[in-house]
Amino acid sequence: MDEEVVRERDARAYEAVHDAADFKELKRRYKNFVVPWTIAFMAWYLAYVACNNWARGFMDHRIGGSHINVALIFGLLQFVSTFAIAALYGRFANRKLDPLAHGLNAKYKRERRR
Amino acid sequence: MNHLLVPLAIPLATEPGNRTLTISLFTAVVAVTLYITWWASRQNKTAADYYAGGRSFSGAQNGLAVAGDYMSAASFLGISGQIALYGYDGFLYSIGFLVAWLVALLLVAELLRNSGRFTMADQLAFRMKQRPVRTAAATSTIVVSIFYLLAQMVGAGSLVGLLLGVKSEGLKAAVIVLVGALMIVYVTIGGMKGTTWVQIVKAVLLMAGTVVITFLVLLKFNFNLSDLLGSAAAKSGKGEGFLQPGLLYGKDLTGQIDFLSLGLALVLGTAGLPHILIRFYTVPDSRSARRSVQWAIGLIGAFYLMTLALGFGAAALLDTAKGSAVETSKGNVASPLLAEAVGGGAGSTGGAILLALIAAVAFATILAVVAGLTLTSASSFAHDLYANVISKTKPTEKQELRVARFAAIGIGAVAIGLAIPAQKLNIAFLVALAFAVAASANLPALLFNLFWKRFNTSGAVWSIYGGLSSAVVLVVFSPVVSGNGDKSMITGADFHWFPLSNPGIVSIPLGFLFGVLGTYLGRDKSSETRYSELSVRALTGAGAEGAAKH
Repeated sequence: MDEEVVRERDARAYEAVHDAADFKELKRRYKNFVVPWTIAFMAWYLAYVACNNWARGFMDHRIGGSHINVALIFGLLQFVSTFAIAALYGRFANRKLDPLAHGLNAKYKRERRR
Repeated sequence: MNHLLVPLAIPLATEPGNRTLTISLFTAVVAVTLYITWWASRQNKTAADYYAGGRSFSGAQNGLAVAGDYMSAASFLGISGQIALYGYDGFLYSIGFLVAWLVALLLVAELLRNSGRFTMADQLAFRMKQRPVRTAAATSTIVVSIFYLLAQMVGAGSLVGLLLGVKSEGLKAAVIVLVGALMIVYVTIGGMKGTTWVQIVKAVLLMAGTVVITFLVLLKFNFNLSDLLGSAAAKSGKGEGFLQPGLLYGKDLTGQIDFLSLGLALVLGTAGLPHILIRFYTVPDSRSARRSVQWAIGLIGAFYLMTLALGFGAAALLDTAKGSAVETSKGNVASPLLAEAVGGGAGSTGGAILLALIAAVAFATILAVVAGLTLTSASSFAHDLYANVISKTKPTEKQELRVARFAAIGIGAVAIGLAIPAQKLNIAFLVALAFAVAASANLPALLFNLFWKRFNTSGAVWSIYGGLSSAVVLVVFSPVVSGNGDKSMITGADFHWFPLSNPGIVSIPLGFLFGVLGTYLGRDKSSETRYSELSVRALTGAGAEGAAKH
């Protein structure tokens, strides 16, 4: 088949998927997850960086007479939050994004065959 | 970690028996990696095989390879060494390095996997004018990779000398040539498949070695973290201050803003590092790309948690006073010496074995990282510059791959040629600069391309060149290059006017700003027409490149 014809056929198939209600829903779900979570983890990380700079008294506070202080706990919580958000996103994407994406992918293949 | 690259040598393995053991293990690492390369070369047939390992790696395999690509000798020896010397502040780099993966996971990995093919530029070129965009993206890819590569190779020279206990300039140069030659062999013969397996093997070795040492350290303190910290603080001579922020960063307002600037570059740089981005092309679909990043986050996070035990363990168990081996090596020998100490001490068999093992792990770490960087630059040269800009006609796949192999040799030769004279300079800032350039030049272009319909060719070109040059120019006129005595790259001159060592806080917003300015000044709206195609493809994987079928 001519390259130009293939391009046009693909473009039509993409357009059809783009206009599908499911695609708008997929886009909405993706954005509604990643935008707030990105803002959240960036703010949480920058808060940690800022506390290292400007809240030394708070960070130096020792917990229960041990050598473990707030700074260390805050740092370890960055690990915990990173693991948790990664797991949460994986679960969300597997359940809420992948089924829609698979359906749309199949629609794209059908449209190309038309 | 900033000081990993200072050339020096302290005899570690001075006992002839120890040195033989270390050299045998180094040889074993080289033999295994060369065997992998040879094996991989027999499976490389197409461009997708060479550039993307046939897109047939599983999420877990690629996650290991991503971790192997990312955790350089600077993180392995550097971070634990900085903790050993500066306590809590030494730990701060690793947190930025880890949180950064959320940017990659949520915003970049899957969408890039679906919309690109082999290089970072592919994703931009999807809806932009090929030549200008590929030239810009290839320039930034090669600049970032060479910065990173130079830092690794100069580090390798002093490190291997250190680990073998040889104090000769000739040996360091020989090590640089050897490391350079090996990475050329891995990349030209093994391609992405060989490089990936080298990185997987390295990641397994690194994790295993670190687990063993961490376990032995914690055993000494009956798994009581507070005791470990307390002993480290007491031994450091700095008391509780050793466990608190402030020994390394943020001593005055300039230092505090500098630290914020570093934090921004670390957290935003990872998702713009070309050698990390092209790893996402090695898996068959976006779900595996997601799994890769999840695996990488688990491995890298666990590794950095363990460096905490290594660093504080070294502070508690080793001599870190002024003039000690740990102090004069800027912390780089903390982990190997700690391995010797928990293995039974100097002169014991257990100590000698663990020391040699950790030295071999460090060597494998260097090889895997430099191979990944060389492959990235060679791919970008062949696929972006040669095939789409330099060559007048569309080259065949075979021609393009031949150019990629020659490019790997050329880049390797350039890296060797630059690394040998650079040994005498303090170029430790290059790793942080690579992150700053990635965050200032590449990330704005990638994100705008994916999420902003109006973004166009001139916007992409402006953000890449604008972000790249602002980061580089600011560093050239910063205290890391001149005006800070012995700590600067050029001693004996002072032409600095930018007060911060890290340009990110200025250059990252500039990169985004240039993207917006370029877009509106360019006025070109043709790239909008393929935006719906790009977003469908990125989000659903429709029409994306699948796994190679053999």
